[in-house]
Amino acid sequence: MHSRKPFYIFVALLFIVGISTSIYRGLVHNVPFLPGEQVQSWAIDAKVSFTGTNQPAEVNFSLPSDPAFDILVENASSPGYGLSISADAKDRRAVWSIRDASGPQALYYRVTLVPTGKLNIETDIEPVTPEPYLWPATEKSAAEQVIEEVWTRSATNLSFAQQLMNLINDNNQSQNMALLLSANTSTNLFLHMLHSKGVPARVVNGLQLEDQRRRQQLTTYVQVYNDGEWVLFDVANNKQGRDNTLVLWEYSGHSVLDVMGGTNSLVNFSMLQDTRSALATSIDMMMNDDAFDFSLYQLPLEEQSTFKGILLIPIGVLVVVFLRVIVGIKTSGTFMPVLIALAFIQTTLLTGLIGFLLIVAFGLMIRSYLSTLNLLLISRISAVIIVVIFIIGLFTLISFKLGLSEGLTITFFPMIILAWTIERMSILWEEEGPKKVFVSGGGSLFVATLAYLAMDNELVQYWVFNFLGIHLVILALVLVMGQYTGYRLTELKRFKPLVGEQ
Amino acid sequence: MKYAWPWELSRSGVLNMNRRNISYIGRYNQRKFYKRVDDKLITKQLALANGIAVPDLIGVVHEQHKIQDIPAMVLDRSGFVIKPAKGSGGKGIMVITKVSNGCYYKANGHEVSHNEIYRHVSNILSGLFSLGGKPDVAIVEGLIEFDPVFEGLSYEGVPDIRLIVFKGFPVMGMLRLSTAASDGKANLHQGAVGVGLDIATGNSLHAVQFDLPSHKHPDTHFPLSDIKVPHWETLLHTASSAYEMCELGYLGTDMVLDKNKGPLLLELNARPGLTIQIANGRGLLPRLKHVEAMKSSAMSVEERVAYAKKHFCSNPIF
Repeated sequence: MHSRKPFYIFVALLFIVGISTSIYRGLVHNVPFLPGEQVQSWAIDAKVSFTGTNQPAEVNFSLPSDPAFDILVENASSPGYGLSISADAKDRRAVWSIRDASGPQALYYRVTLVPTGKLNIETDIEPVTPEPYLWPATEKSAAEQVIEEVWTRSATNLSFAQQLMNLINDNNQSQNMALLLSANTSTNLFLHMLHSKGVPARVVNGLQLEDQRRRQQLTTYVQVYNDGEWVLFDVANNKQGRDNTLVLWEYSGHSVLDVMGGTNSLVNFSMLQDTRSALATSIDMMMNDDAFDFSLYQLPLEEQSTFKGILLIPIGVLVVVFLRVIVGIKTSGTFMPVLIALAFIQTTLLTGLIGFLLIVAFGLMIRSYLSTLNLLLISRISAVIIVVIFIIGLFTLISFKLGLSEGLTITFFPMIILAWTIERMSILWEEEGPKKVFVSGGGSLFVATLAYLAMDNELVQYWVFNFLGIHLVILALVLVMGQYTGYRLTELKRFKPLVGEQ
Repeated sequence: MKYAWPWELSRSGVLNMNRRNISYIGRYNQRKFYKRVDDKLITKQLALANGIAVPDLIGVVHEQHKIQDIPAMVLDRSGFVIKPAKGSGGKGIMVITKVSNGCYYKANGHEVSHNEIYRHVSNILSGLFSLGGKPDVAIVEGLIEFDPVFEGLSYEGVPDIRLIVFKGFPVMGMLRLSTAASDGKANLHQGAVGVGLDIATGNSLHAVQFDLPSHKHPDTHFPLSDIKVPHWETLLHTASSAYEMCELGYLGTDMVLDKNKGPLLLELNARPGLTIQIANGRGLLPRLKHVEAMKSSAMSVEERVAYAKKHFCSNPIF
């Protein structure tokens, strides 16, 4: 007897791989674990306008690359302009160029962003210590006094920045602070004070998202480096940190918009919030990524829907294996119930059951006539197939005339399977009587119904198609059940007389 | 309570379907030897070559147009049996017990028309009864003239003796008696009575019909508690030597007693059913494990039979 160990390792491997690829798909590809999940997305239009001065113009505009948002779709429109988008992931820029620009010009950039929830901006690179700001003579002593006072009260870069911001926004300002604020904007003052103590900080441009807003401008914020992370400070509003309605449009320290050969350059933003299916969004993202991917989404829609049906078969098979190996229900034809269940999915359960019973009953009647003709088996079954087609045609026609649209779906039954079922049942009827026919036919229908209920479940349908790892788990389960040497549920009753009689 | 707990069954040593398939059939029966038992024609030829008595072979029908030859084949017979060579579970067996004036009658007296025979054989040839629907041949066999010792014991059909042979050791036996419910057939799931037999003596131990204990034959009212199967030693030998013949470790042998020829081997079964345990009122597992645990020294048929008689005897539980 060879060792079972490799087998169990193999099954465990299948199980782990199946589960972990599914989780990977959920977490990394953002495929939602539940169907019907919705996500918010933002459609943002940036309009760059400037006045041309009858000479070549080049517009260099920064594009968002914020980890808090994924880019779903982006496009730029600019008739007559040449356009190039730099591929540098950290600092993406669009460059429009034209040989001759005159009069008012408008360039558009449109992007759809999906929040990712990754609000932290982390960096591995230690930023260089900034040059100390040179204060004008009038402000120097006031600034130094304030900075020293706050510095002694702080422990880290972060707490220093926090204290500074609070002090700048304090209602009861000291004379020193009032003097400084009269000569500087609060954001600049904040930045300069940080730089004076060698704390790495930079000005960034962010866009506050708000549904249906138009003609919005970028707002400047300050990021302070602390312990591998850039922390955002909104000095004007005395707020630290950010939420997922703020897009950092430019945060690498460059300008947002450079226009050469034009004047009065300006960028305006308008935005719209949109709700869309989480699944569709993550599929679009996957397509954008061009990543090596086992998904079936690349297939044409028709093949996808075919696969949606095919991928349900493992579920039906699993139900059949369970009911036969663990429970011990007898069916006529091992996997015939799965095929019937597939037909039920098209017809719905009640119509399917009625249709099945009608076809089989009529088929048995026709078959009992055929059996008096002494035909060869093959031609008899062929005759039954043709008759089954007639019956299906007849029922479809009748239900159409009666206006029962459900009846039309009867055509989904696999006819050759039905013909074989009728033949088997008819033989069973002749050999063992009608009771056996009802028992075995009933068992098949019962298993088919259970398989249908499992396969028709919305969650199951969603999972088998979107998380292909599930099929490895099913394979593992089927293999494990193939090793089950225990008692079947029905055997507990069957062998009951043997208990305690020894 | 109608259901037993699994551990109760396990304590009683009841062999179940899954375990039979995986641990016994799967492990001890090599695929390549299956056709020796699945094809009854090959079984018959093997048995004849090994000197094991089998029912007369009247003829074999291989093709549709040869079906017309059947009346000629059975001309001077009092009865005959038509069975598919690759049938399973007793399916497709037609027993004609009386032939008179060219008319055929079943055991229950119903006449069987030529058309019915024609259709039946045609079905057999098309593979209706064979596993997987493979084309088959029909075997026409002589009717067994059953031993009068079972007179009044069986209704219509011939009682047959099923022995489970494991690695050549007969481990459990039962007598199957047809009833009105089973239409003269000896299949327990069709309503035949199963009588558990003591391996040592061939005496009845326990009896069931439809898995329920039974003391009398339902039709003949013959008491089932004092049956003693004659030719027991020969039956054990035949069953045991079937192991050498077909080389299957886990095997069911079906035999009948003929008035003139004694025990005849009817067929072998590579997947014998589990109802024999209910008929015996005890589980099969302890005996199978006993044989598995034995030191594997080659034993002759006689030694195996003697060993089985010594170790697998049991007391009646009526």
